Amino acid sequence: MGAKLFGASVLRKEDPRFLRGDGRYVDDIKLPGLLHAAFVRSPYAHAVIRSIKLEAARRLRGVAHVFAFADLERWMKPLPLFGAVPPGLAARVAVNMKQVPQLAVGRDRVRFVGEIVAMVLAESRALAEDGCELVEVEYEPLPVVTDMVTGAEPGAPVIHPEWQDNVAVFFQTGFGDADAAVAAADVTVRERLEVQRYVGMPMETRGVVAQWDARDGSLTTWNSTQVVHFVQQGLVAALGLPPHKIRVIAPDVGGGFGTKANGYPEDLLIPVVAIVARRPVKWTEDRREHMMSAAHARHQLHDIEIAARRDGTMLAVRDRIWLDLGAYNSWGIVLPYNTVAHLLGPHRVPNLRVECRGVVTNKTPNAPYRGAGRPETVFAMDRIVDCLARALSMDPAELRRRNYLTESDMPYEIDLPYRDGNRLIYDSGDFKAGLEAALSAIGYDSLRAEQRDLRSRGVYRGIGLSGYVEGTAIGPYEGATVRLDPSGHAVVATGACSQGQGHETAFAQIAADALGIPLDWVTVVGGDTAAIPFGVGTFASRSAVNAGSSIHVAAGKVRDKIVESAATLLEAAPADIDITDGTVSVRGAPATGMPLGRVIQAAIPTFAGPGVASPDFEATVYHHQPTVTYTSAVHVAHVEVDPGTGSVRLLRYLVAHDCGKLINPIIVEGQIHGGVAQGVGGALLEEMVYDEQAQLLTGTFMDYLVPTAMELPAIETVHLEYPSARNPLGIKGIGEGGAISPPAAIANAVEDALAPFGVRVTRTPLGPSVVLGLLEAATRR
Amino acid sequence: MKPAPFEYVVARDAADAVASLARFGDEAKVLAGGQSLLPMLALRLARPAALVDINRCRDLEGLDDSNGALTVGALARQRDLERWARSRSPFFQDVLASVAHVPIRNRGTAVGNLVHADPASELPALLLCLDGSVTTRGAQGERVVRAEQLYLAPLTTSLAPAELATRACFILPPEGAGWGFAEVARRHGDFALVGCIAVLALDGTGSVSHARLGFFGVGATPVRSAAGEAVLRGREPTEARRTEVAKAAAAALSPTGDLHASAEYRRKVAAVLAERVLAAALGRCQRPR
Amino acid sequence: MKHAVTITVNGATHALEVDVRSTLAEFLREELDLTGTHVGCEHGVCGACTVLLNGEPVRACLLLAVQADGHEVRTIEGVAPSPEELHPLQEAFRAKHGLQCGYCTPGIIMSACAFLEEVPAPSEQAIREMLSGHLCRCTGYHFIVEAIAEAARTLAARGKA
Repeated sequence: MGAKLFGASVLRKEDPRFLRGDGRYVDDIKLPGLLHAAFVRSPYAHAVIRSIKLEAARRLRGVAHVFAFADLERWMKPLPLFGAVPPGLAARVAVNMKQVPQLAVGRDRVRFVGEIVAMVLAESRALAEDGCELVEVEYEPLPVVTDMVTGAEPGAPVIHPEWQDNVAVFFQTGFGDADAAVAAADVTVRERLEVQRYVGMPMETRGVVAQWDARDGSLTTWNSTQVVHFVQQGLVAALGLPPHKIRVIAPDVGGGFGTKANGYPEDLLIPVVAIVARRPVKWTEDRREHMMSAAHARHQLHDIEIAARRDGTMLAVRDRIWLDLGAYNSWGIVLPYNTVAHLLGPHRVPNLRVECRGVVTNKTPNAPYRGAGRPETVFAMDRIVDCLARALSMDPAELRRRNYLTESDMPYEIDLPYRDGNRLIYDSGDFKAGLEAALSAIGYDSLRAEQRDLRSRGVYRGIGLSGYVEGTAIGPYEGATVRLDPSGHAVVATGACSQGQGHETAFAQIAADALGIPLDWVTVVGGDTAAIPFGVGTFASRSAVNAGSSIHVAAGKVRDKIVESAATLLEAAPADIDITDGTVSVRGAPATGMPLGRVIQAAIPTFAGPGVASPDFEATVYHHQPTVTYTSAVHVAHVEVDPGTGSVRLLRYLVAHDCGKLINPIIVEGQIHGGVAQGVGGALLEEMVYDEQAQLLTGTFMDYLVPTAMELPAIETVHLEYPSARNPLGIKGIGEGGAISPPAAIANAVEDALAPFGVRVTRTPLGPSVVLGLLEAATRR
Repeated sequence: MKPAPFEYVVARDAADAVASLARFGDEAKVLAGGQSLLPMLALRLARPAALVDINRCRDLEGLDDSNGALTVGALARQRDLERWARSRSPFFQDVLASVAHVPIRNRGTAVGNLVHADPASELPALLLCLDGSVTTRGAQGERVVRAEQLYLAPLTTSLAPAELATRACFILPPEGAGWGFAEVARRHGDFALVGCIAVLALDGTGSVSHARLGFFGVGATPVRSAAGEAVLRGREPTEARRTEVAKAAAAALSPTGDLHASAEYRRKVAAVLAERVLAAALGRCQRPR
Repeated sequence: MKHAVTITVNGATHALEVDVRSTLAEFLREELDLTGTHVGCEHGVCGACTVLLNGEPVRACLLLAVQADGHEVRTIEGVAPSPEELHPLQEAFRAKHGLQCGYCTPGIIMSACAFLEEVPAPSEQAIREMLSGHLCRCTGYHFIVEAIAEAARTLAARGKA
């Protein structure tokens, strides 16, 4: 069986339509009789809804319907909740967790600016917005919670009346005896570090179109989502219909990053109103809505301490962690525990104690965004490691060198469960080798020499390092059906869906290799609940491993069926059948070759008799992925800081990474580049800012600053390869990795650049005003 | 984000535009480039009853640089100025390259930007530093408003609602003058956190014969440091003097803070940039023989 | 309020009545079914809606449809020379993996078309400066820069042939 496409940077099959403008995103979908939806969203962060008057809106010409909670009550089941504590985790860590389900429309209370209060359907979006302005809502403002630390304390206004406080998640865990280790250490450093609130911000906003077919009582909904089966499950519960009557389709999706892997009110509301109105309905989120109602992310505080021997050997880490979850704890244990599980990363640390609090505040609810807790935890760890290096007067690279795990340590167990409840065991990798590869590729020693030289001339450059280990490809499954048509062309259906990751190509490579057919004979269908009944979705860097494994195994089974049919037809032993480029032959006898289609057709029964085999050239496999497989990387940032203006210029950025075997190397590189760019945004530019009334101040792209090509250098990548032992293809996930380390690496680089001034970096983003403030603080010290 | 309803009127010429504006009282807005207006309409921050589209007014076109002044009609796009600047003024070229991005400059007009009066914009500060003015036409006829009288507050000029700005005039720096331009923006093309413009000319003895020092992003309006200019005039612009002027000019500013930069940041960096642009301007000066 | 307009798009002339509130982007997408021009922000920053107006890149979300009356517009659908061939820019984007989700791509290609006509041999810095008017959330711009440089080389070689 050839593996000639696996590992090749083949051109993407999906590109031609995107390049021609023939992609189909949700807003491109047109249906006769379409109504357009717009939402009335709360301008208050915390308020009681005293009254809602809809009459004036209903009277506006062009408005077809106006709904508030009372009008839709019968469908108002709670939105889905995620992140239940798995048994394996609960057995080891006592987690105090509260989750209050969110309703799609505010019933008597709103808890964040942007929460839905009413909705209008009209003949155009403009008219719907006109209608929204005529909806009269009387709010009685309540005290707001804006700070995760004070919000967690007794006496703070309580956001969910069922709770005594705003602490949605609380646990303590660790291993060894961190307190004793700290007491016995030569050196201890402690710092309070904050990662700001920043978000996925895909270029395509969310959108939902829904169409109810009264003839057969079925609903079709197109949704710019990463999780079609989750959306379907939510609709099954709310509408009381069986799954086969609800089809959820993710068409072309313009970026997801986790922001679209969430359960949203609009997923439910648009189908519901399409049923009520008996007309198809479209909702396209505008950018202002997106900023206030699409999931937020990040926003953590770490009070972290590391203890070591004088020679740099790390002995213990203690960390108190707060997460600002926004108004609802929709994601349960996921973000808090991801944070803890990934804290130690590539470092050998024998003792750990952590205390973690997820706190609700009156802000847009958080959901996992590329990295999902890992960027924040890596920021804390890499910053405190650099602080330790400074305290030891040791080069930060050398300190890491002395503490990074190597291949000889694998498999390496950290005495904590992973988030899926399994043991946390690094399966493969050599983090020290990654570090050396990064240092060598960036020319670390010559950059240090150059730094000294330039400093004497008043030019301040810095080098920053960050290393992570990432559990990728969380299971438990992503199934695939591989089916051949009469001509031998294949359709691969999977629950994974693409938002730009190139599934149509990478998965086709796997299938084509396993089947022995050309790449362009394979069509991949993702993101359609009608194509496969069970699915999970694309997030957590999971699709290549989970879907890829299922596709590989399923295609292998279909190949076996072809072989069985061909063996009968060609009167040869199955082991002698060769399938290459869609031609089936007896190995060593090319004259026997025939097109795959012939073999398939020979299996079709005729009046004369049954076919040579059963014509079901189809297999469905739900490969079970019990736990994650670990990638790792070291990032290096090289910056120049202007101490007069505080401006930070990113000169070079390098990634040395291991993600196991590569299906399509250039797609992998593209994923790293994109992740790095988002990480750079987090390091220097992006922040969702709220004021003391929890009003969102960043409402447009003028204030939420996505990096452009001028803020990024060419991104250098070095590939290492430590195949995964945990799936048939030896691959690991790479969707998120690029986004994990940039804030840490850049923060370390900025502090390094300004070391002569004694600057201490404790927070991102490092905008010019912040950097100048740090310089000032250092001068005052 | 769709605009609130409005009436739409296409003006045939300047007189027609003025008449249309008058018809709507202060409820109409001029639509020229639309690059600042349309986002405000989309966000429903602006809800005019009518838009008066002046893009068909041939008498508002034109760009002329004779007699030491650059005069641009209301329909001159920022990109038109850029093309002129390529061969005629590296100074203007440098400033214009920082104004948003090419697709915006292809539609945005210089006059529109000037009367939009965003305190973080480059062109208003340039107008101020180049003794500029805006000519307007209204119910009372034509008048010339000098830059010093034009800017009152953020997004607020001294023009009446039904008064149409028909052209702007920049007095080009004297022969041999050097210029400096610097701004700090979070990203290329963004509104400046703070910015500074300087023009210097020297006489035969090496003393300053002409000095202009202006700031943007430093409060309610662009600011010219007349006091700083006075210190420089008639004297050699030594490093110490430039530093002193920069510090004094910055100290006289009243910047505001926002989520991108504190007031203190703007004041501090105004001084830093002033020093840099004065040095750059001096470096570009050509001493007369 | 409606207004009659005549707009030429990709060589075809359309005489229609449009709502004065409609932007050019909405007109292209809704009236003419040319959905390749994407809307990302409606305030002119992201660049996804960029089209050519009389050959110059502009934000279709910052132009009212009525303003395009009497003018010529070119969109992404008018870039490929035929259904079988792609423009060198489109070929280069594909060859260099200059796109992932494809949402920002049409706007960038329209800007790049005009850019390469004006600056046929751009430096990396000039390409990045042109690109800075376009937000991409997927690629980090690295391969987009390579694609535009590659297209420049191809077009220059063609010009010499």
